[in-house]
Amino acid sequence: MTADREDAAITDGAAGWVGRSIPRFEDAALLTGRGRYLDDLGTRPGTFEATILRSPHAHAEIEAIDCEAARTADGVAAVLTGADVIALTSSLVVGVKAPLECWPIAVDRVRYVGEPVAIVVASDRYRAEDAVDLIEVRYRPLSAVVDPVAAATADSPLLHPAVNSNVVGERTFRYGDPERAFAEAAHRVRVEVRYPRNSCTPIETYGIVAEYDAGEDVYDVLANFQGPFSLHPVMARALKVTGNRLRLRTPPDSGGSFGVKQAIFPYIVLMAIASRVAGRPVKWIEDRLEHLCASVSATNRVTTLEAAVDRDGRIMALDFDQLEDCGAHLRAPEPATLYRMHGNLTGAYDIRHVKIRNRVVLTNKTPTGLNRGFGGPQAYYPLERLVQRIAIELKLDPLDVIRRNLVPTSAMPYRTATGALLDSGDFAAALEGAVRDGGLADLMARRDAARAEGKHYGIGFAAVVEPSVSNMGYITAALTPEERRRAGLKNGAQSTATVSLDPLGTVTVQVASTPQGQGHRTVLAQVIADALGLKPRDVSVVADVDTAKDAWSIASGNYSSRFAPAVAGTARLAALNLRDRLARVAATLLNVSPADIAFADGRVAARSNPDNSLPFSRLAASGHWAPGTLPAELGQTIRETVFWTPPQLTAPTDFDQVNSSLCHGFIFDFCGVEIDPTSGAVRLDRYVTMHDCGSILHPAMVTGQICGGFAQALGAALYEEYAYADDGNFLSGTFADYLVPTAMEVPEPIVLHRESPSPFTPLGAKGVGEGNCMSTPVCIANAIADALSLDAIDLPATPAKLAARLHGPEPERAQPSRGKA
Amino acid sequence: MKPAAFDYVRAESLEEVLDVLANEGTDARVLAGGQTLIPMLSMRMARPSVVIDIMRLPGLDRIEGAEGTIRVGAAVRQRHVEQYANLVSSQPLLAAALPWVGHAQTRHRGTVCGSVAHADPSAELPLVLITLKGEIELRSRRGSRRVAAESFFIGIMSTDCGVDEMIEAVRFPIARAGVGYAFREIGRRHGDFAIVACAATVDARTARLAIGGVADRPTVRDLPLPGDPGLDDALDAFAWDLEARDDLHATAEYRRQLVRRLGRQTLEEAARCRD
Repeated sequence: MTADREDAAITDGAAGWVGRSIPRFEDAALLTGRGRYLDDLGTRPGTFEATILRSPHAHAEIEAIDCEAARTADGVAAVLTGADVIALTSSLVVGVKAPLECWPIAVDRVRYVGEPVAIVVASDRYRAEDAVDLIEVRYRPLSAVVDPVAAATADSPLLHPAVNSNVVGERTFRYGDPERAFAEAAHRVRVEVRYPRNSCTPIETYGIVAEYDAGEDVYDVLANFQGPFSLHPVMARALKVTGNRLRLRTPPDSGGSFGVKQAIFPYIVLMAIASRVAGRPVKWIEDRLEHLCASVSATNRVTTLEAAVDRDGRIMALDFDQLEDCGAHLRAPEPATLYRMHGNLTGAYDIRHVKIRNRVVLTNKTPTGLNRGFGGPQAYYPLERLVQRIAIELKLDPLDVIRRNLVPTSAMPYRTATGALLDSGDFAAALEGAVRDGGLADLMARRDAARAEGKHYGIGFAAVVEPSVSNMGYITAALTPEERRRAGLKNGAQSTATVSLDPLGTVTVQVASTPQGQGHRTVLAQVIADALGLKPRDVSVVADVDTAKDAWSIASGNYSSRFAPAVAGTARLAALNLRDRLARVAATLLNVSPADIAFADGRVAARSNPDNSLPFSRLAASGHWAPGTLPAELGQTIRETVFWTPPQLTAPTDFDQVNSSLCHGFIFDFCGVEIDPTSGAVRLDRYVTMHDCGSILHPAMVTGQICGGFAQALGAALYEEYAYADDGNFLSGTFADYLVPTAMEVPEPIVLHRESPSPFTPLGAKGVGEGNCMSTPVCIANAIADALSLDAIDLPATPAKLAARLHGPEPERAQPSRGKA
Repeated sequence: MKPAAFDYVRAESLEEVLDVLANEGTDARVLAGGQTLIPMLSMRMARPSVVIDIMRLPGLDRIEGAEGTIRVGAAVRQRHVEQYANLVSSQPLLAAALPWVGHAQTRHRGTVCGSVAHADPSAELPLVLITLKGEIELRSRRGSRRVAAESFFIGIMSTDCGVDEMIEAVRFPIARAGVGYAFREIGRRHGDFAIVACAATVDARTARLAIGGVADRPTVRDLPLPGDPGLDDALDAFAWDLEARDDLHATAEYRRQLVRRLGRQTLEEAARCRD
């Protein structure tokens, strides 16, 4: 950004549209049932529908599949099994060096309940499901393993015999001098945590329409894929076509994703092949049973975390042992969940000595992938539990332990021990602001009063940094520096935006951001309106993607909370480039210098003489109607595409320093909970969440992101778990088993803000979409632990678990049985 | 999640329903509010060859006073009973339990008799019916009969309703003077299947407690009055006798503890609510 641009940004922004909660342009359609979701779009005549036969076993060899009856059933066009799919594809690329294959359908063996075994393509879904019932599969059940600790032992059942262990990736890291810090520490405090499996369960499930053009060997796929588009080359390679022969398009609307619609990509490969075999377009809409059982899950993780602590509660060193359970297959981009937090593994704290042992283990469960918070809940749960334990074991105020360890503002930008560059923030001021404005003293008084009445009341805290705009290179931290060098260094987060002017002089913006309801189009209209002196209504925004026509990169898509910091900023840069060129045209027309040109109120005027002006639309149209009058060195003034990647996102170093994300927001939460003495149910009395997400582009949408993340985090804390029986049977197969909190269960949090603009992003914005998924589960857990004096607590904190503590041991039965009641 | 093929009969008369039931036997299912049957069809857990829609039959959608009971016809939606005039005074237990049946949205579709016919062990309406000593009116081509609620529920989703029979109505006895009624429930979220549901009636001499969500059917027992020193032991015995089991949401022990604690609270509330 040049100096004069910064001035312009300030001038425009001060009185501008950005920062205001204007009504969302998306909502008129979404709220009146006129959204254009994948299943609303219709298909070409003759399109088939597919359904999938899934494994009822957690682990079994497939001895035989008899599809004959299904193939000849009414309306059936094709039946595909693993053998058909591997004949036309290659294995999906795997992100570790172990000799693993990863197929989108079971090949000779099933490894989780719900794994695809066969695909039936028929004239409609009903007939396809009728035919699925006719397929006979002979399984030879094998022992299953669902517990990651058991799976990591030498005598565990083995999922992938080609790899001699279920541990498919292991790395150790060392920063500073942790051994010395531990040797010299006054105290050692340790927590052991099992973080459970859960998911954000979008309302709209996966949907795909795939078509194969045999003449050109091109796959054309419409799918509610959310990105990252780094999976486009993964799919193209699996389909054995060049990148330009996989055209991937997304629908205008998508009904929620929260990361989950990343993992549609193996199904895109399957349906592409199904279309090729069936000879016609194939549509597949995932149903809810399929979604819960087999779409994707966040990772479950077993962590042992130990701190070396001085007498005052200062944390001198941390020692992590993380065992990450990625389910039955290591699907791209895993083991990314384990590494997304690598740079900020020390959280909001100034800790210089760190030891890490990371292991990735496979178990007989659904493969894992992106899920809101991605790696944050799993990392912050042990860290913030540890901070509470330090306070208790050293008899300190937990708030003082947090205060003493926060990264000081004077150190910003702060390079963490593990390599992140924390961009900005005043963590201490944010904490004190939350304590003051969130009413902590009042909450303490409520706790005292409740306890005086014999109630079980507790207060919990959590402080986290929320990373956003992922470095495309962070995942290579799973490889050794030597392996990274051989594979070629990866880095950056290439963001794209295109601003176009049409012959009537109006503005259209295209970004590859695939929103799922977030309001990207509204915010982009605000940003562009400010840059060009227009009203947001004047700007048209297209956010769906067509890889054959649009500007995109592997970093495209809607993930790692990158919209506000990266995409919106890139759109501004594109608009400013176009504006600067238009200013030179205007200078000629108005006979003033380009520096004297101002864009405001839909007009372009000389600052020195505002009456000397012309309508923006006339200037904007000139590139179409009179290109010959433009100064030759200007080039065209019709369309501008900007590619922006922040220079801070360098590749992991040879010392394994990993700047995993560009921006780091700060969150400080506290809450009060009361536990019902009869049921053990947790009632959230008050929840306060302080955010610093840099510059706020649309306050209402920021609040929406915070409240949405909070609701999902409350679910993770108290209700939700993808649960498995010991034999690998899946127990959470419907929404009567997998309990998502409704409006009845979610109180409104008190949301507070500070704004420390990021110096690294064009608009000063940072991501805000995932933070509460990281901070809230552990904040609630800390409050419950405080209420019930629990040393250890694992989620979800269900009433039955807590009641065991409240009710005490059950007495033996007093009277003999009267027989069945 | 698409149903297997079935024939759909939109019955125009009760005789037509009974004829189809008599002819098709277990291959036929009655469709009322559809809140259970439709998902079961979609998941192919139920595969009837004929579905008989009774919602347009004349006369089945009436709520009426009859012989000291509130008689609820087979096509009456739960929400209509909830809004029935003076329900709180005419049968406070039913009024207290209905808001716990699913959500307002599902109660607008689901029927009272459908819930009774489905006989989920954690369902509220069967629990209320046995607590009040209500009755189920069954109808078939062979004739009509009335069954006491306590002998109607046989096991998990299993009742005394014959394959050729349909529930024509259920009867909830109206409130009696001097009797207190109370209902309490604990579930994971509001509207979920009850982990433990308690319904109680208490008068001057007897206390009656029914428990749902624990045994394989709603189960009722006469117990000592609140204040009687024998109540704790009796509740303890009741809790054990229900043979609770572990599931995803709660352990057997948790259920027994709730029977003891919530059961006592429900009885005490019913005693307080006496006139």
